[in-house]
Amino acid sequence: MLYAVLCYNDESVTSAWSKEEDDKVMRDLTAVQRKYVEAGKLGPVARLLPTTAATTLRHGAGETIVIDGPFAETKEQLLGFYLIDCGSLDEALDFARELSIANPSAGSYEIRPLALYKPGEFPS
Amino acid sequence: MTETAWIDLALVSARPQAMGALLRYFRNLDQAEEAFQEACIRALKTWPRTGPPRDAAAWLIFVGRNSGIDQVRRRSRETALPPEELLSDLEDREGELADRLDGSHYRDDILRLLFVCSNPALPATQQIALALRIVSGLSVRQIARAFLVSDAAMEQRITRAKARVAAAGIPFETPDAADRAERLAAVATMIYLVFNEGYSAMNGPEGVSADVCDEAIRLSRLLLRLFPAEPEIMGLTALLLLQHSRARARFDADGAIVLLDDQDRRLWSRPMITEALAMIDKAMRHRRPGPYQIQAAIAALHARAKSPEETDWQEIDLLYRALERLQPSPVVTLNRAVAVSKREGPEAALALVEPLGDRLSGYFYYHGLRGALLKQIGRRSEARVAFDRAIALATNAAEAAYIRMQLDRLDGEAAPAVVAEEEQ
Repeated sequence: MLYAVLCYNDESVTSAWSKEEDDKVMRDLTAVQRKYVEAGKLGPVARLLPTTAATTLRHGAGETIVIDGPFAETKEQLLGFYLIDCGSLDEALDFARELSIANPSAGSYEIRPLALYKPGEFPS
Repeated sequence: MTETAWIDLALVSARPQAMGALLRYFRNLDQAEEAFQEACIRALKTWPRTGPPRDAAAWLIFVGRNSGIDQVRRRSRETALPPEELLSDLEDREGELADRLDGSHYRDDILRLLFVCSNPALPATQQIALALRIVSGLSVRQIARAFLVSDAAMEQRITRAKARVAAAGIPFETPDAADRAERLAAVATMIYLVFNEGYSAMNGPEGVSADVCDEAIRLSRLLLRLFPAEPEIMGLTALLLLQHSRARARFDADGAIVLLDDQDRRLWSRPMITEALAMIDKAMRHRRPGPYQIQAAIAALHARAKSPEETDWQEIDLLYRALERLQPSPVVTLNRAVAVSKREGPEAALALVEPLGDRLSGYFYYHGLRGALLKQIGRRSEARVAFDRAIALATNAAEAAYIRMQLDRLDGEAAPAVVAEEEQ
């Protein structure tokens, strides 16, 4: 079974970390990750940029609207995610727009650039 | 991370919101500050035992309010009758714990707190000191050290600023859209000033001024969270991140200035650059260019260039032209002259720089750049005069040292000879 482990924290606190504190947290986390990478169990690891860097595409009645900032509704749940390599935010938004057309039920796509990406070593 | 370190961080990050709400209740900066301090003391006693509250800011607002009310009552026993308007809307207790962060007050509270520190009636130095003290919660000593003044002088600066704020009156009415835009612009300017102060004091005591730059970035991100659709705030945040991304490369091991062209670009902070580029991308979609966005775009062109030779000076020239149209200033033209010197050579740049003389005669960078251009053309004696003028105007030792180095190269003299000459 594949599991996604999603990380939540208060970003006003994490962004107040000093570089030393941030480095220490990342080092400690990397030590945990390494163990699982070596066991062939850990796939991609990503750290997202702050929500201030997020843009949200909302799918309404037959049209999509783009909103600055993160997804903020509480009545919808996180159902999936994609990683896509784009030259610009516009390109990423085009991708999300295509997805929303392919799946015409209402919903939202939050587009958030990555701060860090480790592909990991996933056995097929 | 130790437990108290965790609590400190929680207090720091909850501060703007809690202070903003307490300022709304007490309508007085000193009282709000006192109440917040009291709440922090209780948090340090209580949280290690009870664990973190779900919502640190709400906890601090509630406890701060109550302790503030107690103090008002205590004082009122000592002095005259309680000022009724202070107490009347403070009676509600637990119910108001739900006076929440996501409530409509929250955004205007923080904006008001920031705006109080950005009051255009305050000189820049006072805005900066007040913001670092009130919003960021840096101690007077920390701020004094960052700006190389005595604790007493900084204390006095902050006291004066508070007196001016009190005299000007704090705007408590809910701002309309126009007021909000005006406040936003004033606050953005203040944050930019804070950053610049830290940036130009960077060669001061180790790390302290970098903290000031970090604070400015934190404030800018905070503002962007409150106003997520403002492209200029995205531009401001990106600009500060890009400038700060070069912090480690700006000085060598001896504290001497390293110019952009000579910096080791591997020392630039990639995470900051990545975040800034994403932010610029977001801002551009709005098609509402502004001075911060343009300056960020210029900084981004430097960040994107893997070596100085790969810098797109033509685009930088164009962006400075756009900035000149939007916000005409001799300093912008001076900056454009650097791009012109790279593309068209020192003569063309000098032609752009010379007419700025009467407006920039007291500006270090004007004489520094003019000297460098004259030197490139081979007008050595004029270059020397310009460099001497620059040294006289330098605001810190690193600036002066950098120009002295230019002079040394000009004269072909060894550095110690110059020092000896000066000591006579």
